[in-house]
Amino acid sequence: MNALPLTIYVSFVGALLALAAGTRSHGAARWIALLTALTSFALTLLAASSFAPSPGLQTIIDLPWIAELGIRYHLGADGISLTLLVLTGLAATVGVLFSWNIEHRVGEFFALYLTLIGGVFGVFLSADAFTMFVFYEIAIVPKYFLIANWGSPATREHAAMKLVLYSFAGSALVLAGLLWANAAAVAQGSVSSFSLNDLAAAATHFSRGEQIGLFALVFTGFAVLAGMFPFHTWAPTGHVAAPTAASMLLAGVVMKLGAYGCLRVAMPLFPVGLAFWQPTIAALAIIGIFYAGFIALVQDDFKFVIGYSSVSHMGFVLLGLAAANATAVAGAVLQMFSHGVIAGLLFAVVGRMVYERTHTRQLADLRQLPLHRLLPFAALTFVLAGLASMGMPGFSGFPAELTILVGVWKTSPAWALFAGGGILVAAAFTLRAIQVSFFGSTPLSRVAASASESTHAGSLHHYEPITLAEKVGTALLLAATVYIGLKPDVLLDWITPALQSPLMQAALKGGSL
Amino acid sequence: MNPLPLLSLVVFTPWLGAAVLALLRGISPATTRALTLAFSLSTLALSGLLLFQFDPHSLSPQFVERHPWIVALNVHYHLGLDGLSLLLVLLTGLITPAALLASWSHLSPSLPLPLSPSSSPRLFGSLFLLLQGAALGVFLALDFFHWFLFWELSLVPAFFLIKLWGGPGAPRAAYQFVVYTIGGSAFMLVGFAALFVATGTLDFAQLAQLGRDGTLAVKLSGGAHEVVFLGVLLGFAVKVPLWPFHTWLPATYAEAPTGAAMFLTGVMSKMGVYGCIRILWPIFPTPLHNAAPWLIVLALGGVVFGAFAAIKQTDLKRMVAYSSINHLSYCLLALFAVSYATDRNVATGPAVSAAFSGTLLQMFNHGLSAAALFACVGVLQTRKAHALSLPSSGTGVPPVSLHDFGGVRTAAPILAGLCGLSLFSSLGLPGLNGFVGEFLIFRGVFGLHPVAAAIATLGLLATALFLLTFWQRVFHGPRAGVTATAFAELNPIELATLLPLAALMVVCGLFPGLLTGLFNPLITSWADHLTLP
Amino acid sequence: MVPEAALVMGALFVLTFDLAFGRRRTLERRLYLAVINGTAAVVAAMYGAFSSGLADSVFGGVLILDELTMATRLGVLVLAWITLTLAGSTARFSHPAEFVAIVLFATAGFTLMAAAQQLLVAFVALELASLSLYILAGFDKSKPESAEAALKYFLFGGMSAAFLLFGFSLIYGLTGSIELHEISAHLAGHPPTPLLSVALVMVLVAFGFKAAAAPFHLWAPDVYEGAPVSSAALIASASKLAGLTLFVRLLWPGFGPGAGNVSTAAGAPGWLAIVACLSAASLLLGNFAALAQSNLRRLLAYSAIAHAGVMLLGVIAAGDAGNGPLFYYVFTYGIATVGAFGVIAVIERTTPCQRITDLAGLYRRSPLLTGCLAIYILSLAGMPPLAGFFGKFIVFAAALKLGGLAGPAGWLAILAIFLSAVALYYYLVILKQALVVAPAAAISGDTVTNRITVPADAAIVLVFAALILVVLGLSPSLVLRIF
Repeated sequence: MNALPLTIYVSFVGALLALAAGTRSHGAARWIALLTALTSFALTLLAASSFAPSPGLQTIIDLPWIAELGIRYHLGADGISLTLLVLTGLAATVGVLFSWNIEHRVGEFFALYLTLIGGVFGVFLSADAFTMFVFYEIAIVPKYFLIANWGSPATREHAAMKLVLYSFAGSALVLAGLLWANAAAVAQGSVSSFSLNDLAAAATHFSRGEQIGLFALVFTGFAVLAGMFPFHTWAPTGHVAAPTAASMLLAGVVMKLGAYGCLRVAMPLFPVGLAFWQPTIAALAIIGIFYAGFIALVQDDFKFVIGYSSVSHMGFVLLGLAAANATAVAGAVLQMFSHGVIAGLLFAVVGRMVYERTHTRQLADLRQLPLHRLLPFAALTFVLAGLASMGMPGFSGFPAELTILVGVWKTSPAWALFAGGGILVAAAFTLRAIQVSFFGSTPLSRVAASASESTHAGSLHHYEPITLAEKVGTALLLAATVYIGLKPDVLLDWITPALQSPLMQAALKGGSL
Repeated sequence: MNPLPLLSLVVFTPWLGAAVLALLRGISPATTRALTLAFSLSTLALSGLLLFQFDPHSLSPQFVERHPWIVALNVHYHLGLDGLSLLLVLLTGLITPAALLASWSHLSPSLPLPLSPSSSPRLFGSLFLLLQGAALGVFLALDFFHWFLFWELSLVPAFFLIKLWGGPGAPRAAYQFVVYTIGGSAFMLVGFAALFVATGTLDFAQLAQLGRDGTLAVKLSGGAHEVVFLGVLLGFAVKVPLWPFHTWLPATYAEAPTGAAMFLTGVMSKMGVYGCIRILWPIFPTPLHNAAPWLIVLALGGVVFGAFAAIKQTDLKRMVAYSSINHLSYCLLALFAVSYATDRNVATGPAVSAAFSGTLLQMFNHGLSAAALFACVGVLQTRKAHALSLPSSGTGVPPVSLHDFGGVRTAAPILAGLCGLSLFSSLGLPGLNGFVGEFLIFRGVFGLHPVAAAIATLGLLATALFLLTFWQRVFHGPRAGVTATAFAELNPIELATLLPLAALMVVCGLFPGLLTGLFNPLITSWADHLTLP
Repeated sequence: MVPEAALVMGALFVLTFDLAFGRRRTLERRLYLAVINGTAAVVAAMYGAFSSGLADSVFGGVLILDELTMATRLGVLVLAWITLTLAGSTARFSHPAEFVAIVLFATAGFTLMAAAQQLLVAFVALELASLSLYILAGFDKSKPESAEAALKYFLFGGMSAAFLLFGFSLIYGLTGSIELHEISAHLAGHPPTPLLSVALVMVLVAFGFKAAAAPFHLWAPDVYEGAPVSSAALIASASKLAGLTLFVRLLWPGFGPGAGNVSTAAGAPGWLAIVACLSAASLLLGNFAALAQSNLRRLLAYSAIAHAGVMLLGVIAAGDAGNGPLFYYVFTYGIATVGAFGVIAVIERTTPCQRITDLAGLYRRSPLLTGCLAIYILSLAGMPPLAGFFGKFIVFAAALKLGGLAGPAGWLAILAIFLSAVALYYYLVILKQALVVAPAAAISGDTVTNRITVPADAAIVLVFAALILVVLGLSPSLVLRIF
């Protein structure tokens, strides 16, 4: 437990080292990045192995930081944070493996990458709203440069800017909300503080109007990053333009930052606001699930399909949060983990394995290629990841969706029925993607016939074989999704006690319609 | 409790086989074939062992394995076997090897198709074994969580078998098949989420207990009970399929390669009926009873329209596919009629027993005869392909039409004989297995809902019409079409596919007691405890 | 008075030294020596400012030595030191010693402004600084833009000085005193009169000019664009810090009773309302006009106008929250701005740097400059953990504490928060050129000759400025605990 903050520092130090090493040797920068990510991952696993679930954040560090405003450097973790920390460690490690082939400004790439990771670790470890906000913003800027520098040339600058401005606008909402809450707390005679506990205690005396307004600000601010409809448009463009590792992190981890903020800050602090906005959030989540799902169903760009699928899946997370009972929220956290892993896999296949070999993401082009034969490993991975993404039992998406459905039904059966429809849409677009991309509709015999006629067909498509780094990364993610799919208890045992803390209970009570 | 986890062995041996095949690179096609067949036969061997130790008079599940699994969702790893499961495990054990034999050509890459995965026998074998294991899991799981796991996972290998080895329209058909089925099961999933909310358990037995004593209706109030019921029903209705949710079926069966079509119709369609009997009926007695009048209409729709649609078909595979809809609708008809008659002061006892026995027998018999029919159509298809000098497997295989053949009886008498046997079994000719099941169903339904039984006879007539048309057009008359030139008799592999099935049709027709003995006590107890809460 | 004395003596020494020893040396050498002497004077002034201690009233109440004085003096001296050092390694003037001397004079004016507690001294200090700055703006006689900048600056500055003097004289006439605490006591005891309002408006006009607040901002873009880089840096940073200290002292301890109230919707009228209007106008105009800029320096000018909006918000909040947030904000802003101009100055040694696109490929040409520039710009944009973030944070927090969202102050803070998202756009446009875009074709041809060599002293101050931003960002209490 106590070693968890090291994940933050290790990442930042690793960023500096990678930057320094990158000027001399690309290989050194890569290995530094890998070692850094592995160290963080190991630290999270180590903490997980000795974790004793208990309600409430277990404080790790609590130091006065800016005494003038009562701001403390307060880090802590509970089961929810731990789940996401492990996810971050995993995604970070795999992301490095899938960026092994980056040749352009390697040191800077990994420096930015590790800075982003460090910020993410920091957010998941923060128990003070200010501390969390600082880490949250630290994670914003590297995204811009990762995409603008190493993204796909056509759209990267626009997409990077859009993504960062959306994130920053969201964080501006959060900042406004936090400052307002702090001011209102001080106006009531509380000591100035940004500790989540103190803010929550003060917020119980806020008027209903204040609670509603504050919740709207803070929740919306975080939900932008979680890809809530209609603030989701940054996500598909950003994911598509980003280099593979960044897509994996963006969809896999960064979107979780938003959902985590909603859960950790907005909901426990302003339960009255939650009760007021609950139906709206649920409606937006459901619209998001369907809207993004239908768009994914008709996309011509392979990566856009995955990009929109992320939005659709995050709709389930938001729906779980909106349902605001222990089961639904536990399911939402599980879904965060699950989607983090699965989105990583999908982007790894689309961005790294396929695009960097075929140099096209157009489904119309891909369907001409017998990809399942040329890249059987990628095909197998994509099929498995697609199944996991569809919520196929045996993979982590299933227990997550089931838990969310159970929880959502408790709050509102109608929402649960909509969510059921959402699962169908997810199945439809995922299956279409599998079908068209790897098993193109060109009848195989015809391909074979043309192959025998034009002799080049067999020899032309000799793609670089899947590298060891890719295989190891894929294996790690697949193992995670199957393991959690069969043993969701591992995570639920952490998450469920965390929801018993007074703060979370207040949120869940506020949310009982 | 059995020291050896027999049921887990039954389920996971095929999966083990799939893993072995997937991992062993570079083994020869012959070894692949042998391994695949051996692993698929494991089910038959193990079910022999089960049969030996099975006590038909025990009403509770046997060979139970129950271990805590996911505490948060109160999920247990729970397998158990009763007469109903045993029957279907047996059926799976029989059909899978037969289907593999029918796919022998897929397992021996005779054609140089370097870019096609259909040239990979290992892939075909692994997918088939995966499918087999999933189906067995469905028949043995007693907890929703992993029951659903097997239920959904069975779609994956089926999807690829159809898509990669199917006909020209296969991609579309496979997509339609999976999306329809998942559409149904998504709502079933919501339904079970709701059940979990209300009861805190996902165990079928516990849910059934709560359903029987009315607790469920109390806990799911305000229309939720009905919504949940409809959700679960939808899942099964698509799978069986119940008319009008059947639209995915004809294309899927027609495009699927022969072996897959045999398995789909022989085993997978039974999964839906099994689910209705194991899950829908015990857990939702009252909603099912309330919905029964409507559902009977739908089942009759399947019986009648299925048969009449089959008449209109010229494509033989589609014809057999529609006949499957027709035959499975009998099973549903019987079940709905039982539910309809519950608490209606109808003289039920014997009629209910008859209906249930008929349903169970029909499941088994239809599995045999439909699989055999698909195998025969498959043989005809290879002959046509041969005559047109097309590849005999893969996507180049032409569809077979009624008008492609004539006088096969003279060209290939053994084929004609075995196919005829299957046709007449399907038709319900006394002395063959199909007769017993259909007779019992009609007997039961007459006692429970005479009007429905009367209407269903229409279906019987139509069935006779199209099956006889098939028989006459293809096997009788002058040799024409494909048959006009050289027409090969069954080869040993084809014979090995069809002969055991044909033999069983006869044996089960003559000695239905062999099967009914397995489940009669169970059915009697069902019939005895037939009340609404 | 030790700092002022040190600076003025230093300036005279620089001139004398140059006169005595500089004749036969190259311009570069002379500049170098002048900067060394000037730096010595600045260091001496720092020591003086540091050791002068606190006193409520010096020279019969003409000056005050409180925490704000000390902080501001040290602040402007640090900024002047950075400016001087940068000028030493980058500037090319025909009169290097004069340049350094005038910078020192201006700095003396700044330190005096920081301590003034009497209208007359305030005006004299302001004029000492302003006159020096007019000269500095036009110091590069080889460039017509420089002369244009100086003229524009001078005209606007002279006008505003006239307004200020007129306002002061009205206040003297109304209250009979030029001592701030006596003015305050008089204002508290008498109801406001229309004439007082006129006087306050006049003072605020001058203030708006000094802070480059809209609608008195018109000089800023031209001066930033045309003036020599070092002059522009001084105008943008130290001058602002001293000006804000002077005016916040005039406004709150002096005219505090006439402040009115902007923390609730129906607060009492007073000069706060005008400051709030100026703040809103600056925020909106600065941020949106900056979006349209293609010239780097004009962009910095508009961003300065936007920052002036936040500073005015800090002035509004200073009544309740004290001067800490405002000083922190202005000082860290000054450091970031000086740093940004410093980077421009170093680049200009090799290639011209006016348009944003001139920064293209900076990452290839000089990683050090790129890294420093990124820190300055991100600090200006308000990204944690840099000081610019915390400056905004604490100013907004103070403004919101005035009355939450009940009054204009709260809403102004919310507006500023949202506009910071707009601001991020144009700051990223700068960083995009520096960090993402490949060097222009003309430059990229030969990477060796196009590498920018950064003189060691410039490198040291640039890194130093960046470190200040990081350290103060991580530990704002270092500054805040002074107050």
